Amino acid sequence: MQRIGDGIAVRRLLIGAAVVLAALFLLLPLVAIFAQAFARGIDVFWANVTNHYTLAAIQLTLFIAVLTIPVCLVFGVALAWLVTRFRFPGRRILQTLIDIPFAVSPVVAGLVYLLLYGRTGWLGSWLDGHDIQLMFAWPGILLVTIFVTCPFVARELIPLMQAQGSREEEAAVTLGAPGWTIFRRVTLPNIRWALLYGVILTNARAVGEFGAVSVVSGAIRGQTNTLPLHLEQLYQDYNTVGAFASASLLALIALLTLVAKAGLEWRAARREVHP
Amino acid sequence: MSIRLHEIGKHFGRTQALEPIDLDIAEGELVGLLGPSGSGKTTLLRIIAGLETADNVAGARILFGERDVTHLHVRDRRIGFVFQHYALFRHMTVFDNVAFGLTVMPRKSRPSSGEIRSRVHRLLEMVKLEHMAHRYPAQLSGGQQQRVSLARALALRPDVLLLDEPFGALDAKVRQELRRWLRHLHDELNFTSLFVTHDQEEALELSDRVVVMSNGRIEQIDTPDELYRHPANRFVFEFLGDVNHLEGTVRDGVLTCGDARLAVDLADGPEELLLRPHELELAPSATQHAHLPVCVTAISPVGAEVRVELEADWLGEPWLATVSHADYERLHLTRGTRLYAVPRRWHRFPDERREQAAPLPVAVS
Repeated sequence: MQRIGDGIAVRRLLIGAAVVLAALFLLLPLVAIFAQAFARGIDVFWANVTNHYTLAAIQLTLFIAVLTIPVCLVFGVALAWLVTRFRFPGRRILQTLIDIPFAVSPVVAGLVYLLLYGRTGWLGSWLDGHDIQLMFAWPGILLVTIFVTCPFVARELIPLMQAQGSREEEAAVTLGAPGWTIFRRVTLPNIRWALLYGVILTNARAVGEFGAVSVVSGAIRGQTNTLPLHLEQLYQDYNTVGAFASASLLALIALLTLVAKAGLEWRAARREVHP
Repeated sequence: MSIRLHEIGKHFGRTQALEPIDLDIAEGELVGLLGPSGSGKTTLLRIIAGLETADNVAGARILFGERDVTHLHVRDRRIGFVFQHYALFRHMTVFDNVAFGLTVMPRKSRPSSGEIRSRVHRLLEMVKLEHMAHRYPAQLSGGQQQRVSLARALALRPDVLLLDEPFGALDAKVRQELRRWLRHLHDELNFTSLFVTHDQEEALELSDRVVVMSNGRIEQIDTPDELYRHPANRFVFEFLGDVNHLEGTVRDGVLTCGDARLAVDLADGPEELLLRPHELELAPSATQHAHLPVCVTAISPVGAEVRVELEADWLGEPWLATVSHADYERLHLTRGTRLYAVPRRWHRFPDERREQAAPLPVAVS
């Protein structure tokens, strides 16, 4: 029997279509970013990248990412541990709740945070009374970034930990190991690749988040502008080279992330053959 | 070290997995917990280990020797536990797996690394896996993995060894070998062992005593011999081997069921008799006492005896008979041969209704 794609003409057509689409939608924009960034030479690119406001935006973006990752890491591991190792009422609801940040548009998330923590918001007015400002400052950006990225680690870990089961941990406890030792020497080594993978995704999203951040940041240049917001502002100001210089930085981070992810996947595949 | 259970029961939510149970296991005994799946045997084992907590009722007690461990955490109970699917640490070598229990001891009681190394090597020597010390679990066969898991459980010299369907996932030949080896190890090291199985042959062969369980209840505790000869009830009888059923009505000392007639010394009324395959004789003609016409439908001549499947109009389920190879040849048995079954003896459990006490005698876990 012939399957679709067995015929040489069909096969060439399908492969050709895939290549053309990939080139058109993925490769070309990527090339365009770098082409635009270097359109007026490397000096202009460098001047734009080392511009005071751009540097501030890079700094803030990395600062937010560095704070977001450990929070998401701890949250994700704790949550995955909870829903895969214990049975309790509400477990399924909790598992559904984890997906909310994925399901909700980031702009909506930003608005909700603004509503809650803004100066006139429900919690915000109390905070304001205590001289704590969350919105239009980095803590607000951090909050919404955490909201948007918190499912990644948990989503990576839950299926894996479910599949692995808790037998090894039970074996460890019958051998007298204390809880922390079990986590460190049995649980963690079994999930480390998924964990790293989750962190990579978290980082990518934390760096690139636009919607939620744009609502709560106020986009004060040099103060609360993250790289994606800065990029948008430059573009609105008709500074194309500047915008694409920032875009190329974001694209670079994305590329590095993909390389790291591919490397991890390659390692994981190899480990299945030679653990 | 002896194990004594008193009033140990378990509910999962509203369902009762285990009725309150009393059980005494003497020091150095090897005891099998036998029952179909869902009988509560694994739950009981896990409660003894401390991996599951028993219902918190006033009288509930678990004693290891004189030590009350009822409220003691698993890690302080000093047990060795062997899991059905080995549960080896997949990212550690065989050596590190076996050494794990020793390396997680509190620093002041932990042996030196040299001492750990020599102890692990002795254990690996005992399970004949020295040459595999640097392999990972995934590189070992099932039987080898289970041996590593045993070595790991024994590394801390536990007083009590608990095994959950230890050979369930292995093929018949390896299972046989490991059984013999476990028995040997048990006799040599003299710890108290309790193992769970759904395989009656395994339980009878390996155990000093067998605890037969069904529906969260202990049906009988006895030596394999006693269990087989004097089953306490119908469940135990049916669980411990193949059973043929004969249902009919007794009138004037004759049980009738369709064309079948059997002289019995019983009062008039409906009656159900149970017959073991080896208690059936096959003959070319009926006898004065038994007129049970049957037809051969399948023959399996493999093994010490020939297994013959029999059918008849008056039978609901086919019967199984085992005959010697000599009889098999003498009777010229082939598929379709018509002859007569003659029971040498039969059993009855008149007080129990069938629905109550007869789950399927085969268990899949």
